[in-house]
Amino acid sequence: MTIEEIQNDIIDEFSMFEDWEERYQYMIDLGKTLPLIDEKYKNEDHIIKGCQSKVWVHAEMDNDKIEFTADSDAIITKGIIAILIRVFSNQHPKDIIEADTEFIDKIGLKEHLSPTRANGLVSMIKQIKMYAIAYQTQLS
Amino acid sequence: MNLTETHINFNVENIRKDFPILKREVNGKPLVYFDNAATSQTPQQVIDVIVDYYSSYNANIHRGVHSLSQEATDAYEQARIKIQHHFNAKHAYEVILTAGTTHGINLVANGFSTLLKKGDEVLVSALEHHSNIVPWQMLCERTGAKLKVIPMNQNGELILSEYEKLLNENTKLVFVNHISNALGTINPIEEIIEKAHAIGAAVLVDGAQACPHIKPDVQKLDVDFYVCSAHKICGPTGVGMLYGKEEWLNKLPPYQGGGEMIAEVSFEKTTYAGLPHKFEAGTPNICGGIAFGAAVDYMNTIGFDTIANYENELLEYGTTELLKIEGLKIYGTAKNKISVISFNVGTIHPYDIGTILDKMGIAVRTGHHCAQPIMDFYKIPGTIRASFMFYNTKEEIDLFISSLRKAIAMLS
Repeated sequence: MTIEEIQNDIIDEFSMFEDWEERYQYMIDLGKTLPLIDEKYKNEDHIIKGCQSKVWVHAEMDNDKIEFTADSDAIITKGIIAILIRVFSNQHPKDIIEADTEFIDKIGLKEHLSPTRANGLVSMIKQIKMYAIAYQTQLS
Repeated sequence: MNLTETHINFNVENIRKDFPILKREVNGKPLVYFDNAATSQTPQQVIDVIVDYYSSYNANIHRGVHSLSQEATDAYEQARIKIQHHFNAKHAYEVILTAGTTHGINLVANGFSTLLKKGDEVLVSALEHHSNIVPWQMLCERTGAKLKVIPMNQNGELILSEYEKLLNENTKLVFVNHISNALGTINPIEEIIEKAHAIGAAVLVDGAQACPHIKPDVQKLDVDFYVCSAHKICGPTGVGMLYGKEEWLNKLPPYQGGGEMIAEVSFEKTTYAGLPHKFEAGTPNICGGIAFGAAVDYMNTIGFDTIANYENELLEYGTTELLKIEGLKIYGTAKNKISVISFNVGTIHPYDIGTILDKMGIAVRTGHHCAQPIMDFYKIPGTIRASFMFYNTKEEIDLFISSLRKAIAMLS
């Protein structure tokens, strides 16, 4: 599936919810499906700065596609990073770099997009794109 | 005023009418504002003063001969006198109007650069906010003085026997907050000041968290420097006070150069203005200063004994109700504390709880509260902090507790 297709799927899923409680409950559940980062990568090199909770992200290239794994010590943050990984994992670096992230707004999590928000969603997206840029450089 | 009278005279519903913001909704729910230790809300009486200033007599002060300038100058200097009386400073010129607590601390730390030398020692308490740690670290880097830390116990109280051991003839300065922002502990500053003075060290007390709850008497405390911010006591942001004993303020060099702080200027030599203007370079926050005075008036009209009694009730009620929640742990259980409750629930991350509570209209602070050393001490990433002011109610605490229970259910 393309990044856009996955984003549309997620938008569809979230559109079924009537209130914030259902949305957040779903996000918490998604956090439980997060492909977990290997414990050995849970170090300073993989931590994302700018979050009130700790978030670690690791990326590996497999057949020209990037696989992301992650973890967080906060459940909601784990849900957010799980959504991002579902969108960006197993994609070509170029597609990741070019992808927009407007879907976050459409699934009712706009408040998390504020750069001052302590969960660092913006920092997470930035880090994912940085990995993509790094791997893209290797490819070309 | 005894306790019974206080309760008769204090009607929280009437008080709440003074605060327009308390009527608003957040995420479709009535706002429950429990982030008072970060900033307090502003009553209409203070808002009116701000509006009146800009509508009626906005002008630059201390130099104009025209009427508006005179009116603004009078109002600003009147505010200084109100603040002087509130803190019982001996002279109005010992009250320096600053941009806030952090500004006041930096002003003193900068001034001591010329008074400290290598080998001198500076003590800070383990309970400090970053703003009362970093300026002193910078001071020590500049001067070669050594920074030492007064340790705390598990309850979040400073260990005075350890403090006494740290004091010696090299100790020149002691910095301690009156009340801890992260835990709510009221520190025994009288004793701390007395012991520091006995060996000739000066003491700066950070009163940012104390001033909303108690009325410090700087002469009785015999404190050398006392700093606070207006926005914690129902005033506007961007203005605060540095009280300094006259002899100390005369010893310190000016912090910033500019207009207002000079007597004579030529390219060869400038002579500085006297107190307090020596430390008030440039056009000050005139409106803020006047509104600071109005906030002090507002708080005194209610009365600090009344405030303390009522807030104590809220603290006791909140603590009892919170402790009914399984797995909840309160950090900072000092015998002497103000209406701040810092806690965690089991292994749930404070950020998760804060996020869900916000969805239910409840404003609390989560994180390390700019006091990372305290969080390191307890080996936790942070806490949830609920802080109450006299305009909060038991009903709000009930709403907070039921919302918290809901958040815990979602996150477990």
